[in-house]
Amino acid sequence: MEIFQIWVLPRLNYLIYIFLMLLGLYGMLVKRNYMKKVIGLNILQTAIILFFISTAAKIGATIPIIANHEHHGSHAAVNAVQYINPLPHVLMLTAIVVAVATLGVALAMVIRIYQLFSTIEEDQVLLQLRRETLVADAKESFHD
Amino acid sequence: MKRGGLVLFSIMGLLLAWGVLEFPGLGDPSSPASSHLSPYYIQHSLTDTAVPNMVTAVLADYRGYDTMFETIVIFTAAIVCIFLLRTFKPPASRYRMYRHMATGITLRIEKGGKTPDDSEHFERIDSVWVPHDLVIRTTCRMVIPFIQVFALYVIAHGHHSPGGGFQGGVILGASVVLFAVCFDLRRTIRYLGEKMCALLCALGVLIYAGTGILCMGLQSNFLDYSALAGLFGTDPVMARSHGILIVEIGVGMAVMAVMVMLYYNLASAGRHDEGL
Repeated sequence: MEIFQIWVLPRLNYLIYIFLMLLGLYGMLVKRNYMKKVIGLNILQTAIILFFISTAAKIGATIPIIANHEHHGSHAAVNAVQYINPLPHVLMLTAIVVAVATLGVALAMVIRIYQLFSTIEEDQVLLQLRRETLVADAKESFHD
Repeated sequence: MKRGGLVLFSIMGLLLAWGVLEFPGLGDPSSPASSHLSPYYIQHSLTDTAVPNMVTAVLADYRGYDTMFETIVIFTAAIVCIFLLRTFKPPASRYRMYRHMATGITLRIEKGGKTPDDSEHFERIDSVWVPHDLVIRTTCRMVIPFIQVFALYVIAHGHHSPGGGFQGGVILGASVVLFAVCFDLRRTIRYLGEKMCALLCALGVLIYAGTGILCMGLQSNFLDYSALAGLFGTDPVMARSHGILIVEIGVGMAVMAVMVMLYYNLASAGRHDEGL
């Protein structure tokens, strides 16, 4: 119980992100539906974004915008403990937008696969591909 | 596969959980992540760039090179989407749906039939029938201008409040998507065309990279905005603040155009005629 209080409780957020990340990975690797794979990818990205954001947190600190600054030229010392870490926020700000971009490309690929195979189940797509290669091989051997 | 995956991921989860127990706790001010580089940003961003919002300062100034390539990444995503999906062939055998606006009667016109081009009385609707909903349309008409003004505020006021080019661009793009959802895709494309989007997208990246090259032309480093001081007639610190604003505007344009272009292509599977 003490271990839980001292070790696990302050790091519970990380455990949640690990769960989310593995959930996303599971979706990407095990699910056979491309749409579900894309959803898994997004869950994975969200877990990583949450992880980075939570490393930025500091107890008793505020958002990384300097309050009550005199307009330009003031050289009042800014204490780093007062503000949360801006760097993970910057990284994740761009990561979110890139996540949207990858989502767009992934969805475009899924739509394209659907147009070509009229299914987005991986099994059936692979089956069709295998059938096509079988036919192509048969034709080749026929010509030989 | 399923069982193997479960076993693999539970082992991986246990290993990760074991590793995580060595991490500093949530909100520890002396954690390694907040004790090396970030204090510099926190203490110096205001005096270096005159931007109170550290996230904006780091995003567009200290890590400007990174952000430029992030913008290029989303630009590339839009181009990839166009190359994958965009088709100019009309669908082979499709019917078109029209609604008589006064009575609400819908007409289904098979291919080869005469389509009513008198748009005063008929409007074309999607073939997946969507009911005419006055409440949704009126609400969107009222809300969209405010969303767009707010987006511009988020872009322009990113120095002093949470915001910036990426956020504002996404909000601006969302307003266009909302318009497309509550009216239809054709009307949206009439207002904000595909070419316009592509131009805005490229222009945004060009503004960003051009600012960097302008700095180089003024005998400074790439994206070192303090070189622009002579241009703006301010001191180098304030010039960095203005440089950030220019770059954020470029990012906002690019992000907005990319979001809209992704939506156009994904919603209509590249045909740009109908879609949610």
